[in-house]
Amino acid sequence: MEIKSWLEDDTLTVCITGEIDHHSAAGWRTSIDREAVCAHPAVLVMDFSGVTFMDSSGIGLVMGRYRLVRSWEGELLLTGLSDRLRKMMTLAGLDRLPVWGKKGEKKYETC
Amino acid sequence: MKPVNEMRVQFPSRSINERLARSVVSSFAAGLDPTLDELADLRPAVSEAVTNCIVHAYPDCIGKIGLQMRMYANGRLSVKISDWGVGIPDVQQAMTPLYTTGGEDRAGLGFSVMESFCDKVRVRSKAGSGTVVTLDKYIRSRVTEEV
Ligand SMILES: Nc1ncnc2c1ncn2[C@@H]1O[C@H](COP(=O)(O)OP(=O)(O)OP(=O)(O)O)[C@@H](O)[C@H]1O
Ligand SMILES: [Mg+2]
Repeated sequence: MEIKSWLEDDTLTVCITGEIDHHSAAGWRTSIDREAVCAHPAVLVMDFSGVTFMDSSGIGLVMGRYRLVRSWEGELLLTGLSDRLRKMMTLAGLDRLPVWGKKGEKKYETC
Repeated sequence: MKPVNEMRVQFPSRSINERLARSVVSSFAAGLDPTLDELADLRPAVSEAVTNCIVHAYPDCIGKIGLQMRMYANGRLSVKISDWGVGIPDVQQAMTPLYTTGGEDRAGLGFSVMESFCDKVRVRSKAGSGTVVTLDKYIRSRVTEEV
């Protein structure tokens, strides 16, 4: 699966677009991990501004990428979340992780 | 109460059908003139139940998934998702947030999503013979909403 991504300083941004369900999540995971494992970024930014649908498979995708970047002490940031996606992430308690807010979403260019 | 409309479909447990199931339910629900928000609640809930059949009910094979939709005059939409797979030995435990028997890609939040986006979720299951999940959602008429 093609994924739009760019590395700037120590920050890798990946843009997820379209629908995230169980069917598509494996493809997103492979593409993101390919970029992330290669770059070992200090910050991984997952940009959700192009996401039109997400279910709990998207939460699993985020939780897995969080564990991945933590394995080299990296940080994960989520940007471009609609209210609906934010509500979904809150169900998972992701609002209790330092994954958004603190650094300000505006600092990061979106897709 | 008798449903004012109903529809039943059956499809194999292939992941490509997750999206199809969401669209079928959205199209059926259109008969109750739902708001975009109501549709956006319904789609992930249906997706969760269907994905569970694909991932958990039939872990090593392709099985049958049944989808039954009913709408009632009072605006209730009832969606029943059935499988004839492995079943759930302890439903209450399965519905606990973050509980999962899946791998590290699973969050254990499927039932939490269903419960937070629907008005009622019922689960009937028997180990070895399958699971039936019923999602109820009230589609409030736009007319009364705007008054
Ligand atoms: N149709 C089913 N057949 C058999 N077991 C099921 C079924 N649906 C759910 N389960 C069991 O219930 C558990 C919880 O389901 P739930 O959807 O909440 O989480 P999950 O599927 O494990 O993860 P997620 O939905 O977040 O990807 C599953 O891990 C599985 O053990
Ligand atoms: Mg699930």
